[in-house]
Amino acid sequence: MRKVYSKIDSIVGNVITVKADGVKYGDLAEISTSFGDSLAEVNKLDGDMVSLQVFAGGQGISTGDEVRFLGHPMQVSFSENLMGRIFSGSGAPRDNGPTLNENLIPIGGPSFNPANRIIPKNMIRTGIPMIDLFNTLVESQKLPIFSVSGEPYNELLARIAMQAEVDMIILGGMGLKYDDYLFFKDTLEEGGALSRTIMFIHTAADPIVESLQVPDISLAVAEKFALQGKKVLVLLTDMTNFADAMKEIAITQEQVPSNRGYPGDLYSQLASRYEKAVDIQGAGSITILGVTTMPGDDVTHPVPDNTGYITEGQYYLKNGRIEPFGSLSRLKQQVNDKTRDDHRALMDGMIKLYASYKDSLEKQSMGFTMSAWDSKLLKYGASFEKEMMDLSVNVPLEKALDNGWKILADSFNKEETGLKSSLIDQFWPAVS
Amino acid sequence: MKSTGKVVGVNGNMVTVEIAGDIKLNEVGYVVTGGTKLKSEVIRINGDRAQMQVFEITKGIGIGDPVEFSEELLAVELGPGLLGQVYDGLQNPLPELAEAAGHFLERGFYLDPLPKDQKWEFTPSVEIGAQVVKADKLGEVPEGTIKHNIMVPFSMLDNYSVKSIKSKGSYDIKDTIAELEDSRGNVIPVSMSFEWPVKKAIKCYAERLRPVDPMVTQIRLVDTFLPVAKGGTYCIPGPFGAGKTVLQQITSKFADVDIVIVAACGERAGEVVETLKEFPELLDPKTGKSLMERTIIICNTSSMPVASREASVYTAVTLGEYYRQMGLDVLLLADSTSRWAQAMREMSGRLEEIPGEEAFPAYLESTIAGFYERAGLVQLKDGQKGSVTIGGTVSPAGGNFEEPVTQATLKVVGAFHGLSRERSDARKYPAIHPIDSWSKYKGIIDEEQTSYAYDILFRSNEIESMMKVVGEEGTSLQDFVIYQKGELLDATYFQQNSFDPVDAAVSPERQKYLFNIMMEILGAELDLSSKDEARSWFNQLRQVILDYNGSEWQCDAFKDLEEQIKKTLAEKKIRVDERAAALMEKI
Ligand SMILES: Nc1ncnc2c1ncn2[C@@H]1O[C@H](COP(=O)(O)OP(=O)(O)OP(=O)(O)O)[C@@H](O)[C@H]1O
Ligand SMILES: [Mg+2]
Repeated sequence: MRKVYSKIDSIVGNVITVKADGVKYGDLAEISTSFGDSLAEVNKLDGDMVSLQVFAGGQGISTGDEVRFLGHPMQVSFSENLMGRIFSGSGAPRDNGPTLNENLIPIGGPSFNPANRIIPKNMIRTGIPMIDLFNTLVESQKLPIFSVSGEPYNELLARIAMQAEVDMIILGGMGLKYDDYLFFKDTLEEGGALSRTIMFIHTAADPIVESLQVPDISLAVAEKFALQGKKVLVLLTDMTNFADAMKEIAITQEQVPSNRGYPGDLYSQLASRYEKAVDIQGAGSITILGVTTMPGDDVTHPVPDNTGYITEGQYYLKNGRIEPFGSLSRLKQQVNDKTRDDHRALMDGMIKLYASYKDSLEKQSMGFTMSAWDSKLLKYGASFEKEMMDLSVNVPLEKALDNGWKILADSFNKEETGLKSSLIDQFWPAVS
Repeated sequence: MKSTGKVVGVNGNMVTVEIAGDIKLNEVGYVVTGGTKLKSEVIRINGDRAQMQVFEITKGIGIGDPVEFSEELLAVELGPGLLGQVYDGLQNPLPELAEAAGHFLERGFYLDPLPKDQKWEFTPSVEIGAQVVKADKLGEVPEGTIKHNIMVPFSMLDNYSVKSIKSKGSYDIKDTIAELEDSRGNVIPVSMSFEWPVKKAIKCYAERLRPVDPMVTQIRLVDTFLPVAKGGTYCIPGPFGAGKTVLQQITSKFADVDIVIVAACGERAGEVVETLKEFPELLDPKTGKSLMERTIIICNTSSMPVASREASVYTAVTLGEYYRQMGLDVLLLADSTSRWAQAMREMSGRLEEIPGEEAFPAYLESTIAGFYERAGLVQLKDGQKGSVTIGGTVSPAGGNFEEPVTQATLKVVGAFHGLSRERSDARKYPAIHPIDSWSKYKGIIDEEQTSYAYDILFRSNEIESMMKVVGEEGTSLQDFVIYQKGELLDATYFQQNSFDPVDAAVSPERQKYLFNIMMEILGAELDLSSKDEARSWFNQLRQVILDYNGSEWQCDAFKDLEEQIKKTLAEKKIRVDERAAALMEKI
């Protein structure tokens, strides 16, 4: 029987300290309060003083409440029984199903040995030209949607998830609006994907600390399934809430903040989660699609900024479209040389021209006369936005490439495109 | 006597230890947790307490856990067998680790950095009775593409006479290959490998020289306009996704040096894998052997423990200095130095040091300077020259160069390749900003000529900004043509397609050749009667030059396209500007 401590020394924000011995760093404890039980995790040891972050938050905890150390760090049950189930951030059932206790595995485990990684090679088709053609998604990629709040990022996430050919989906929700949670549930259900989905959901109404476990718990489960050969797609929305929870704890514990209150290890913390994305030789893979909302549409805000430095690109969602600038898939070159000969050239060439279109647009808005060249660019830009950027377009890559050539031929002469002559000879549409 | 201690506090990756006995600053110790020994380093001593950074995940460490000290500083093992290796920040060989421990980096596993049973063909170069000091050559073994000198260990500070030396033959790195007698008559056995503490620079050379010769990267914009010298330093700051890593990857493939050390410091594991899997397949045109044979990868990626990330850049530079001692040119590419600085910041925060700007420690600047100082061109005692060139990427928060790490780095480096978000958004690669960037080194093309091209670029840029205000209609035809010349230079010379098999790497010879063509175009007064005509003529010319850049050097298509360029130019060329004519005379 483990010792029970009933003298809480201090309660500051969501962090409590108790005098205890035999405790290990990272261990879990259970606190019984008048509002019910909560888990807490040891995040500092100083002599016999033990600090814990309380998942249910500090509110209402009494100095006389009982703290019982469990003698192990956070764990999650791993088995096929997880499929189709919905849990909270601390792994308790959110649906009406039973609590799972078999085959407990630790979360937040060590990282994958880089020497055992393989170069990702499978394209994930989405039917969205801004993704398939310009920023190809690749199996085992880690890639967030950067978005202002109010944009349909969860819709986009769900759409990609439903189109992607994966074996299973793990949805990690942090600070998720209840409506969004229901939206995901309904969408997955309608698409017949619910039975191959596992959800770890922390909603906006739940205590903030509980969201801290969501990425680790989701990824620990994903890792086990991937090792068994499954192609797992992990959706993490919204990672900004996760970062904010970390910020709150850091400030409570008086850590020196580095940038706008965020702890100095924000980068490492985010990286240790995103780096779980992997393609395992002879087994499955983990692909991570996240959402990072940008406070104030500011991509230099510490959360999107640090994220951009970690992930393998991002889809920049703005005004209901994936923006060509700011969006990037860093793994695209692993696959887009095997799709079609014109893929790479068209991808770069069309964006270069779109950049010129933006310049002409600016000139136009300042009231300058449009040269013949400007007019061509304006025509081009409009078609580009309509046929490539509009999210309602849903076509296979090959069709999107054909459309690309059509847009070019409708707007320009061959040599104005800056594309290699050999490709132009092969793909330039015949005049009809 | 090795000291011991016990854990009295844990905070993130820092433990506080109560010590019995004497310990050194930066001494390595092991925290024993549940039967596993976790490598750690002493970073502060205060009375009978030491603070140690643990090079592993600290989960599960408890109060009272024993600590064993080693009396050694954090060191690397030097000797034949380093080339082609993939190490973590503490010189653990990762492929071997995978064999021993499986897919995951289980903590507490430490393996020998150098293969113990591999035999090396040793040829002695000294005779019995010879007088030697540290770093003097005792013999050599072939390793990959180089001759690996076997030297007197750098930590042997006395004068020695050679008591015995092994004859030509094959030995492993632990075999005694010589016995050296010091001034007091002690005989010390020496093998082919020895250790050296990573935070101490290796300075066993005669003198340091000023870096002058360009280190060719085969990137036009770099070699021609923003050169790097062998033994010099340079940095690549840029916002995320601007192309820092790709630039370093290309450089690691094509740079004209003997050895490349890639330090993947706190970045993505996937990027290292590309190098890891590609290099063994790629041939080094200079030696005909695989690129991996001239490469060492130090891989401490972002999800690996931060304390060993901090150590990793030192591990890398120490290996570089070791090979420099053999008269070789070494290039160290560190991606990203910001992650290393952040590792320092994390530790400084846990030590509760008074924070400086953006919470970086006060010693950030001097530490960065100290690291880059370890680059350099040196003359060795035997007259040979060797060099360590350091190129570091910087990942500034928010892409803003006005931040501590970028600023501290700019103070000490010899060249600055600043990447611009604007250029990368417009897919203008390499996205090095041609105007904001600078270099203090000499390139492959005479400065008078490059500055002629630069002048046109400056003018073109001015005109472009002006055009934003007064519109194209408010710009004279003459200015418009200069603007077009600048754009052409950008599109066909600065920009380079790293994914094109030909354009990815351009030899200095070909760079000079193309540059001369550019000079002819830039210096030409053109018979263009309207802006529309000018635009369409330049478009046409650009198209041909891009095709030309993509064609194999001196093949038929290359010659045809060159003819086309010349013909296109001749159609509109009236005469050549005087300054350009004078410069071209010189070629
Ligand atoms: N020279 C180039 N040619 C073509 N594409 C490039 C080039 N450089 C970069 N890119 C594109 O930009 C992407 C991002 O480049 P890279 O990974 O080098 O950025 P980075 O500056 O290292 O970013 P981070 O700081 O996040 O690591 C690449 O995956 C590639 O798609
Ligand atoms: Mg990078």
